[in-house]
Order: sequence, then C-alpha cells, then structure tokens
Amino acid sequence: MSEAAVHHGPPQTFLRKYVFSVDHKVIGLQYYGLALVAVFIGMVLSWLMRFHLVWPNAAIPGLQLLSKNGAPSGVMTPEYYLSLLTMHGTLMVFFVLTNAPFAAFGNYFLPIQIGAEDMAFPRFNMMSFWTTMLAFVVLISAFFVPDGPPISGWTAYAPLSAVGKDAGPGLDMGQNLWGLSIAIFCVASLLGSLNFIATTLDLRAKGMTLMRMPLCTWAWFITACISLLAFAVLLPACLLLVLDRVAGTSFFIPAGLQISDHMQPHSGGSPLLWQHLFWFFGHPEVYIAILPAMGIVSHILINSMRKPLLSYKVVIGSMMTIGFLSYMVWGHHMFLSGMNPFSALVFSFPTLVITIPATILTLIWLGSLYGSRLQITSASLFALGFISMFVSGGVSGFFLAQPSIDIYLHATYFVVGHFHLVMGVAAIFGVFAGTYFWFPKMTGHMMNETLGKVHFWLSFVGAYCIFMPFHYLGLAGNVRRYSSFVDDFLQPLLPVHKFITISAFIMGAAQLIFLFNLAYSRFWGPKAPDNPWDCTSLEWTMPSPPPWNNFGDVHPVVYHDPYQYGVEGAKDDFIMQTSPEQVKTMVR
Amino acid sequence: MAKLFAVTIVVIAILSAIPIVMNYWGPPEDISTHGHGIDEQLKDTMWEAGISFLASQLILAAFIWQYSGRAKGAQLKTFPGGAKGLVVAAFVLVGTEILALGVIGQKAWAAVYFAPPNANAMTIQAQAGQFAFYFRYPGPDGKFGTPHADKIDEGNQNFFGLDPENDVDARDDIVSGELAVPVNKPISMLMHSKDVGHSFYVRELRLQQDFVPGLDLTVHFTATKVGKYEIVCTQLCGLGHYNMKAYLNVLSQDDFDKWMKDKASQ
Repeated sequence: MSEAAVHHGPPQTFLRKYVFSVDHKVIGLQYYGLALVAVFIGMVLSWLMRFHLVWPNAAIPGLQLLSKNGAPSGVMTPEYYLSLLTMHGTLMVFFVLTNAPFAAFGNYFLPIQIGAEDMAFPRFNMMSFWTTMLAFVVLISAFFVPDGPPISGWTAYAPLSAVGKDAGPGLDMGQNLWGLSIAIFCVASLLGSLNFIATTLDLRAKGMTLMRMPLCTWAWFITACISLLAFAVLLPACLLLVLDRVAGTSFFIPAGLQISDHMQPHSGGSPLLWQHLFWFFGHPEVYIAILPAMGIVSHILINSMRKPLLSYKVVIGSMMTIGFLSYMVWGHHMFLSGMNPFSALVFSFPTLVITIPATILTLIWLGSLYGSRLQITSASLFALGFISMFVSGGVSGFFLAQPSIDIYLHATYFVVGHFHLVMGVAAIFGVFAGTYFWFPKMTGHMMNETLGKVHFWLSFVGAYCIFMPFHYLGLAGNVRRYSSFVDDFLQPLLPVHKFITISAFIMGAAQLIFLFNLAYSRFWGPKAPDNPWDCTSLEWTMPSPPPWNNFGDVHPVVYHDPYQYGVEGAKDDFIMQTSPEQVKTMVR
Repeated sequence: MAKLFAVTIVVIAILSAIPIVMNYWGPPEDISTHGHGIDEQLKDTMWEAGISFLASQLILAAFIWQYSGRAKGAQLKTFPGGAKGLVVAAFVLVGTEILALGVIGQKAWAAVYFAPPNANAMTIQAQAGQFAFYFRYPGPDGKFGTPHADKIDEGNQNFFGLDPENDVDARDDIVSGELAVPVNKPISMLMHSKDVGHSFYVRELRLQQDFVPGLDLTVHFTATKVGKYEIVCTQLCGLGHYNMKAYLNVLSQDDFDKWMKDKASQ
C-alpha cells in the first residue's frame, strides 16, 4: 500500500515499446509468445516420438535435415529418440509450464489486479524475460551442435549427465548447453519471483488489502514464494553439474566407474546428491505449474458461476498448505534410488497428506457449482475441464505416494500418465481458460467462441484418449523412456500405443485451431468492450487493451473483496471492486 | 452444450474405469513371497482412488447439467454444510484413507526392505553396465573373488574385473548373463553398477531397485514359480537403455544344480 509507485515514461521507440520494454504487460505477452513457441516445438517433438514408438522403422520425411546423425534417411536412432525426449521434457517443464501460467499471466495481470502502475522493479522484469530468452536460445542451440541434444532426460541423472562424452552421444556439448541453459533459467526465475513478491507486498492500491486480492493474484504470489526457494536450489545444482563436466570436479561422480572402457578420473561424489538437489526443486516445480492454474481457474469459475466460491480463505489456505508441503516430499521420487528405506516412509506421509488440501480445493470448486448460474463459454469450459483433469491426474498420485506400490509402478507409463494429466494437461487447461478469458483485455478483440469450443472438445476428449491409456500401460508394467519395445511382454501393448499415437496427432492438430483463433482474432476479432464478462476485478475497469501506464494518473481505490457476485439489491448482479456501492447481503 | 459436456464427462469416467474393472492389462501373476502385500495394497488403493475418481467426475457432471444456463434471476443457492462441512469431510475421508493405506502400506514396504536376510539365503552379485546385466555366483568355495573396476575387460569376458591369477577366491566364480535361481530359495542379491545408474525390474517378482554407482545395495527375494521372466532396466542409462534386458530363470533345485554344473564346466 505504499505510495512508492513506479515511474517510467511512455516508451518512445519501437525497440523500447516492443522489444526491450519495461512495461509488465509487454513482458507478459513476451513470456506468452515464448511459451507458445516452446510448446509448439515441444508438441512436434512429442509427435516425432509417438510416431517412432509405433513405427520404429518408418522414415519421417525431412527429419534428416534436423539431424543427419540422429535420423539418417529420416529414421530416428534410439539415441536421437532420447535427445528429443530430453528436449521435450525440458522445454515443456521450464519454458511452457513455468512460463505460461506464472510468468506470462502473472506479469500481465498481477500488477493490474492489485492496482499498481507496473512491477516493483520494471528493469529487473525486462531482465528476467531476456535472461529467460537467453536460456531458451542456449537450450535450442543444442539441436545444432555436432553431438546433438543430451540423452539423459529432463531429470539429467548423474553420473550419466556428469561424466561427459564417454557415456554416449549428446553428453558432450549438448549436456553442457543443457546445464548452462537451466542455470540461466534459474537466474531469470529468481529475479522474476523477487519482483512478484515485492510488487504484491508493496504496490497494492488504496483499499487493496491482502484479503481483497483476487485468487489468481494470491496464486501467483504463493507461486513466487515457492519458485524463489526452488530455483535457488536448482541453480547451484546445475552449476555443480557443469563443473563436474568441464572443471574436473566430482560432486556427483563416485570413484571406480568404468565407462566405454575408460576408467573415469573422478572420485568422492554422490549420484544421490544430484537427485536430492534436483527433486528438492523438482517437486515444488509441479506446484509452480499447477498453483497459478488453480488461481486462474478459481477466478474464471467464480465469474462464470456468478457467485463466489464457498470460501475464499479456505482456498488461499489450501494453496499455501500445498506450497509448504511441496518442500517435504521430494524423496517420493527416490523411493527406489537406494536411499535409506526408512526415509521412504517419512517422505510418503506428507505426500499423502498433500491430498487433503488438494481434496479441499476440489470439493470447494464442486460445492460452489451447486446452486450457481453457470455460464458456458470457452473459458469456463476449460476451467471445468481443468477440474476434471486435476481429479483424474490427482487420484493416480495416491498410488505413487505409497512406496510399496511404487516398487511396481515406478518408472512405468503410470507415472508418465500421472504427471502429464495433473501438471501438463491441467496446467495447460488453466492457460487456455486464462487465454480465452483475458484475450479481450490483452488485445482489445474478442476471440471466436465457436472455434474456442471446437478447440475445447477436441482437447478434452483428446487428452483423455492419450493419457488415460498411459495408466493402463503402467499397470501392465510398460517401462518409460524406451525408444522401442523389444521386450516380449511389451508386444501385446503395442495396439494401445498405436491408439495413443493417433489420439496425439488429432489432439495436436486441434491446437492449430487455437493458434489460428489467436492470430485471426488478434486482427479481425470483434472489438472488445471494457468488461465483456461482467467481472469485478480491477483489470476490467480499464480500457481494452490497457494504456501503457495502466490506470493513467488515477490511483484506483478498492472498496470490496474481489468476488461480489450474486449481490441482492445491486444494480447488476455484481459489484466492481472499485465501486463505492454498498452491499447488503450476499450468497456464500 | 453444457448437457453434452456433462454426458461426455460421465462417458469418459465410465470408459476409463472399464479396462481396470475388467483387468485387461493388469499386473501379471505374482511369483514372489513378498508380492502379495504389494498387490493387496494396489487393489485397495484402486478401490479408494477409483471411487474418488468416479464420484468427483459424476458430481462435476451432475452440477454442470443442473446449474448451467440458468436465467439471470434464478435463485442462487449455497451448498448445504458450506465450506466448513467440505473441509471436515476432506479431513475425515482422506485422513482415514491415509491412515489406513499408510499403515498397511508400511507393512508391504517393510516386507521388502526391512526383513532381515534369511540365514540360508543364497548370495548372488548383480552388476549392471551399459547395456547388460551380469550375475555372479561364488562357486564351490562359497567366496566371491574381489572385483577390480580397472580390470573389467568385456572383450575377454571379464565383466566383473576379476583377477584369478592372484585371487584364489575368484578362480571358481561363475558369471552368467542370466539370473538363474532355484525355486523357493531365498536369494540375497548384491547390486553393483559399473558405470551409470541402472535399475533392476522384474514385473512378476514385484521387485524394482536402482543400481547406484558408488553405492552397492542388497535386495532379498524368493521366487515361487518355475519359469523364465524378463529383467529390464528402468533407469535411463544411455542410448541402449530400451534394449538392456536379461532373464530371470527360476529352476527346480535339480535343474538349478545341473545349470550350475554346466556353467562351471564352461
């Protein structure tokens, strides 16, 4: 609530306006654009992998142009499959699931929703984006170095990732670039998180108490706190990994390894250290992806239901509890890693306990739907789809949280199905919901609803067709990260894989409808009014799109909590946060 | 549109459950002494997770069906019991589930990891390397020769880096590419990695354990059914990961003795 607002003049040059902009809205859009590019590349990679899995000997026309060694005459080699797998995971987790729901929407709407003129540190903000961009360029350049991208997976387990080219292709320059890229990404995320936290705590408008912030702002704030602690651990981990690789240190490499007939000149390191550091980041990362989606979905759902959630405080409390517990569970990724088996029980318990706040959130969303006036739009469809996906992906977590069951299901497609549904699809559905909801504000044009609904139907059914069968494969013991299935017991499962591959092609193609809708609506969509959804929060008080300095010279004053819907006796069925109108009763 | 969506959710929920209820692709028959606990745990969890899944999806569908597209003046209602009731329900239902599964699950885990090795257990050493498993038996003297990482020479089939010239214990060690074990015999297997991380996974044995470079681990198991089962690597270990496999060959005691004799004479 400080008056120390940020002051920077209107941008004068093209470069300052669109490229090196300090405007949080432009930076938000830049993050969104980067995430779009990354998700498109990541999706194409998944297509290539799915194709190879079911037709391992078929040529993919043109693939040899991307890598002559990786795909001689278009047929993918096993090692190139692993390169693509690594790049798919890294792009999706870091550059899509961290960037889109958190950095992109958070940058654009967090300052506006709390009535600030910009982020607390606009220059840092610009630096965050361009540092992320640098990380992206470094990562993508791994495609073009002679030995190609690394083959160690997005988890980069040491010593495979640490010992260099003896361990296989892609583990020379490719792995160096991977380590550098992620280290740079960590720096950018740390800067961004600090900025989010400072902005939320310092720049709220008059009357905008913490308990009047929209739930998505709360989610971005909590995510920033998680992200600050998580990336602060991954950064040194990546630096140590790079040092092991280029400086001859042995943080993650023990003595006595013989790889490709070479005794490795290392001793004293621990492969488990990498796993601990990586998952200390890696598990909170799941919540960095999903919490913003929870906030966005809550915000949109309330607007579509025309009534507030059953409890605002319980939602915030649950999100905080999830954030807090996310730091106590990293060991559940390591039940079979050789750490002390007693610790498995210690990590299992808080993992199971996370189910409680997650169940509370789900029940609050479901219970709030009761007795509402639900409006079906593309945005609300994706928000409701999020709940469905979150439940489906969440219940499988109950299996994997138990070390005894993990003995059977660990490293199978069950795990792949679980995290794709709950952290991939659910988070992306949150991003889609946010896009359909906020596009009018961001561009001044409405999106095409018909195309939006077609996009939803194909994505919703498609996601289930792809990821539900993953669970069945896992129950049959189908191991993940295999470039083709040579084991006898995997042969009967090939028809399931074929079904998944075909579904993936259809669902992927449906995303082109979304891209088209984005591009078409941006230029030719009908003009958007200031508040097309009759929404109460601050972003809808300003013109669409907002001017460079957000609220102009006016300092907004906030009178209400953000969800005054279904108000009896009011002019409309809602009251803006900035409206001084007094309310009598509300349905809760 | 909303009603179609509600129906779609119900159809997807039911279709998703069918392969599991019908057990189209479920785990293969368990051939271990400890696997029963894991299977029971899996079954119990499937019930609880399945009911949560179906109930949530059906309620979501029902509310979308019931409350979408209502007129602007339609009366808004609050869920009976409100947030407090739901929070209490979550604590009670999920809390019970956690306590129930947590306590029982602990036993299934303990059966694999906390059980002391059987005094009569037969010891075998397993070594994983890119991209093969090797298994070593101590031979008639009952003693393993000392492995030397720098003496590993795959060209000369010295997979463990043994030094029979100077090491008496190593002379009668038997090294095999398949893991042969007598049926119903407790096995204590020491797991060693030669290079990077690997994992030992036999579905039928309900056993999976990482090979960690620099950290030798022991697992115990008893196979209860004669047959050949695939051992696969489940920890990404490099380009040949998908092709890294071996067989667990569970033999009757007589067949095992014969197998051992054949191996020793090679």
